[in-house]
Amino acid sequence: MRYRILFKKRYNSTFLFEGFLSLLSVIAALFFAGIALKLFGVSPVRAYAAMFRGALGSWYGVGEVIVKAIPLIIAGVAVALAFRMKIWNIGAEGQIYIGALAATAAVRFLSTGNQFVMLSTMVAAAFLGGGIWGYLAGFLKARWNVNEIITTLMLNYIAIHLVEYFIYGPWRDPSSLGFPMTAPFPASARLPQFFDSRVHMGIFAAILLIMAFRLVIRWTRWGFEIRAIGDNPKAARYAGIRYGRNILLLMFMSGAIAGVAGMVEISGLQGRLQHGFSPGYGYTAIIVAWLARLNPWGILIVAFFMGVLLVGGDTLQIVMRLPVASVQVIQGCILFAVLASEFIRNYRIQIVKRERE
Amino acid sequence: MKSRNDRYLAVMKGIEKSFVGVNANEGIDFDLRSGEVHTLLGENGAGKSTLMNILSGLYTPENGSITIDGEKKTFKSPRDAIDSGIGMVHQHFMLVPTQTVWENVALGLKGLPFVLRKREIISNVLAIQDRYGIHVDPLAPIWQLSIGEQQRVAILKMLYRKADILILDEPTAVLIPQETRALFATIRQMVAEEHGVIFISHKLDEVLDISDRITILRKGRKVATIPVENATKESLAEMMVGRKVVFQIDKTLQNPGRVVLEAKDLTVRGPRGRISVNGFSIEVRQREILGLAGVSGNGQEELCDSLAGLRKPEVGSILIDGVPLEGEPARTFQRRGVSYIPADRLGTGLVTGMNIRENIALRKFWRKEFTRFHIFVHWENIAGRTGQLVERYGVLNPGLGYPARMLSGGNLQKLMLARELSDDPRAVIAVQPTWGLDVSATQFVRETLLEQRDRGAAILLVSDDLEEILSMSDRVAVIHNGRLMGLVENPDRVTEEQMGLMMAGTRLDEFSPQDHESGKSPGKAVPENHEIQDPL
Ligand SMILES: Nc1ncnc2c1ncn2[C@@H]1O[C@H](COP(=O)(O)OP(=O)(O)OP(=O)(O)O)[C@@H](O)[C@H]1O
Ligand SMILES: [Mg+2]
Repeated sequence: MRYRILFKKRYNSTFLFEGFLSLLSVIAALFFAGIALKLFGVSPVRAYAAMFRGALGSWYGVGEVIVKAIPLIIAGVAVALAFRMKIWNIGAEGQIYIGALAATAAVRFLSTGNQFVMLSTMVAAAFLGGGIWGYLAGFLKARWNVNEIITTLMLNYIAIHLVEYFIYGPWRDPSSLGFPMTAPFPASARLPQFFDSRVHMGIFAAILLIMAFRLVIRWTRWGFEIRAIGDNPKAARYAGIRYGRNILLLMFMSGAIAGVAGMVEISGLQGRLQHGFSPGYGYTAIIVAWLARLNPWGILIVAFFMGVLLVGGDTLQIVMRLPVASVQVIQGCILFAVLASEFIRNYRIQIVKRERE
Repeated sequence: MKSRNDRYLAVMKGIEKSFVGVNANEGIDFDLRSGEVHTLLGENGAGKSTLMNILSGLYTPENGSITIDGEKKTFKSPRDAIDSGIGMVHQHFMLVPTQTVWENVALGLKGLPFVLRKREIISNVLAIQDRYGIHVDPLAPIWQLSIGEQQRVAILKMLYRKADILILDEPTAVLIPQETRALFATIRQMVAEEHGVIFISHKLDEVLDISDRITILRKGRKVATIPVENATKESLAEMMVGRKVVFQIDKTLQNPGRVVLEAKDLTVRGPRGRISVNGFSIEVRQREILGLAGVSGNGQEELCDSLAGLRKPEVGSILIDGVPLEGEPARTFQRRGVSYIPADRLGTGLVTGMNIRENIALRKFWRKEFTRFHIFVHWENIAGRTGQLVERYGVLNPGLGYPARMLSGGNLQKLMLARELSDDPRAVIAVQPTWGLDVSATQFVRETLLEQRDRGAAILLVSDDLEEILSMSDRVAVIHNGRLMGLVENPDRVTEEQMGLMMAGTRLDEFSPQDHESGKSPGKAVPENHEIQDPL
C-alpha cells in the first residue's frame, strides 16, 4: 500500500466556503506564528492572550484598533478596486505618501481658517496626488504594456524619498530639534476626533468608501466593465470595452483613494507630515484585500482584525519585550497562509491509498 | 467491421450525477466493446459530456460502477483514467495557449525524461500526422491557431497516447468535411486495431456513417441503445427529442436591398503577424445571407474580427451603411447594429465566470434601455430581457444567477446566439452559428437567421459546413489564403466539388463547369499548413 496526494481542480466554491477559508488561513497563520514565538522564547498562548487583552481589553485599545483600521480600510478598497480588474497595484504605500504630501502642500500654500474648506482642499489635493501617482503606472501599462507590479513598486520608493526630501529639507519644522517632520497643522486642517479618543472622522470616510466600492462594482456600468476585463479580457474587448482607457481610469482612482488614506492619516491622527508616518499600511492593505477576497464588507472586518494584530503587537513589544519583528513575522505568516489558501481554493486535495502496481 | 468482438472494454452501470438543480445523469447504463464505435446522441444538455467526463475521471459519480476490461475501477482523477487507457478529447479542449503544438502534445505524457527530446517528439508527431492525415505545424504556438486547428491538436494529443478507449466529444463540430473524413479514417483504423471509440456528435449523417451502435440520452436518462442498422435519421431525431423533427428549411426568395456591410480591398494581419486577409472585397446587402465558405484558418476569423471592429485592418476600408468605420472602436460598430457571433465562444464570446444575466448584458449594457442615469446598469431590465431570451432560445440553465460555465456546450452557444440575434441587428456576422447545437436547436437557429434576413438584416454566414452554407445562403463567397476565390451568385447551380476546388485555392474564373472532372479531386483539398512538412 502506498499513499498518494492528489490535486483536483475545484469547480465550484461558495461564499461560505470562501469565508471559511479566510478564517482557516488566519488560524493556520496564528499557529505557525506561535511556533515562531516559541523560538523567541515566549509562550504563544500567553502572547496571544496579551495581544488580545491589549487590543480589545479596554476602550483605549479598541479606539486604537479603529485608528489603525481606518487607513487599512481605505487603502484596502484602493487595491481591491484594481485587483478586481486583475491589475496588481502594489503601489498603495507610495500613493499614500504622495497623498499625504499633497495634503501637506495644501496646508502650506492654501491655508485657511475655515475647517470645511481646508479639509476639502486637502482631500482634493491628496486625491489628485495619489491619483497621478497611480496614473503613471497605468499609463506605462496602457501605452507600452509595462508590468504594473514593477512600476508601482518602484514608484513606492520614489514617493517615500520625495517625502523625505521635503521633511528633511524645505518643509522641516525649524523648532523640531532636527526631527524630520513638518510643523503641526493648524486646527482647521485637523479631522475632528471624538469619544475622547484618537478615533477620528476618517472612520466615516472609510465606511462611505466601502459602500461606494460595493455600489460601483455591483451596479454601475464601470463596475461591470472592470469585472468583465478581470474575468476575460478578450471577451471584454469583444464587448467593446476599452482596455487602455479603463486601465488609466482605474489606476487613477485606485491611486487617488490610497492618496486619501494618506491625507486621513496625517490630518486625523498625526497632525503633521513626518518620517515613517505609514508603517507599511499600503502593503498591509494588500493582505487585507486578499483575505477579504475583494469583498467590500470583508475588507472592513479584515481591516479591524489587522488593527487588533497591530495594536496587540505593540502590547507584545511593551509587555513581553519582544522585538518589532515579531509582529511582522505574524503578518508574514498570514500572507503565506493566504497564498496557500488560494491554492486550496482552486484545488481539492485528496489523500488516497493505492495498491502498488 | 461486422465481426464484432464481445470483449467489453468499458461497462458503466447505473451512473448518477447531479449538479445544482439538474440531474445530469440518472441511472445510465453504457458499454463499449472492443472494435466498435459507440455513439452518444442527445439534445443539448442531455448529459453526454457529463457521462464521458465521469468515464474519463474528471467527475466522480454519486452512484454507479465503472468496469474497465473486466476490472472494477474508481477514478479519482483524469490521471487514473489515462492510466487505464482512456483518452478523451473534450468538447472544450484544454490546451496551453502559450506553448507550441508539440509541447502541448507532450504535456502530461508519462515517462518523459526531464529534458524533452524535441526532435524525437516532433518527428513522432509528424509521423502520426501523416498516418492519420491530420495536419498542424508542430512548431506553432497554440494562441496563433484557429479553433479548427486547435481541435486537430487536441485529437493529435490523444492519438499520440494510443488510448485503448478514445472518447471524442463533438470533435467534428469545427472540422471541415475533408478533415472529418480523415478523422473517420483514423477512427476506423483504431477500431480495426481492436480499440474502442466513443463518439459524440449532433450531425446525424456522420453518426450513421461511423457508428456501430448508438445510445440515445434524453434529459439525463437513457432512451435506448440500438445497432446502427436499425437507425434512420428520422428515428434517431425522434428518440432524441421525443417528437417528430422536420429536416427542412423554408427559404423564401427575397430581393436584397441596399448594401449594409461592405469591405473594400481589406488587408488584415493575423496574430502571427503575417497577412491573413489579402485585398478582400465583399458586399452584404439587406435581406440577404451571404455565405463565406472556406477551410478554417484561411483568414475568416481575421476578416470577421475586422468587420466587427475588433481588429484594425492594415489597408482598405469597412463601410456600414455606407459610412467608413475602419479604425473606429468596437463600440461604434455595435451602435451601428453589427452583431458578431465569433468562432471562439468560450474565449471571446462569453465570460464563463459571470452569470447568465451578465453574459446577456455583455454586449448590451451600454444601450439606453439597460442604463439608468447614464452610469448605472439597469439590472432589472437586463434580468427581464434575459428571462425572455433564455425562454425563447431554450437555454437549459440552473438559474439566471448561476455562472455560464455551468451550461452544457450547446446551451452556451444558444446563450450567445440569443444575445447577438436579438434587438434587430442591421448586420449579423455569424461564424459557425450552429456549432454544437442539437437537431432542433440547429433548425431553430437557421429559422431565426432567415427571419432576421426577411426582416431586413444583412447576414454574413461563415461556416465550414458546406451543406449549411449552400442551403442557407443567397450568394456564396469562397475564401482561400485570405483571398476571394470567387463569388457564386446562384448556390443551387454550383456543385460541392466546384466549391471544394475553390476552397483549395482555384479561382472561380479558372475553371469551366466540365473542368472539375479532369483529374483534380476536391478530396485533395488540404489545410494550408500542409507545406510546412518538415521543420527540422
Ligand atoms: N459543472 C457543472 N455545473 C453545473 N451544472 C452542470 C455542469 N456541467 C453540466 N451541467 C449541467 O448538466 C446538464 C448536462 O450537461 P452536459 O454537458 O452533460 O450536456 P451535453 O449532453 O454534453 O450537452 P451539449 O450537447 O450541449 O454539449 C446540463 O443541464 C448542464 O447545465
Ligand atoms: Mg457536451
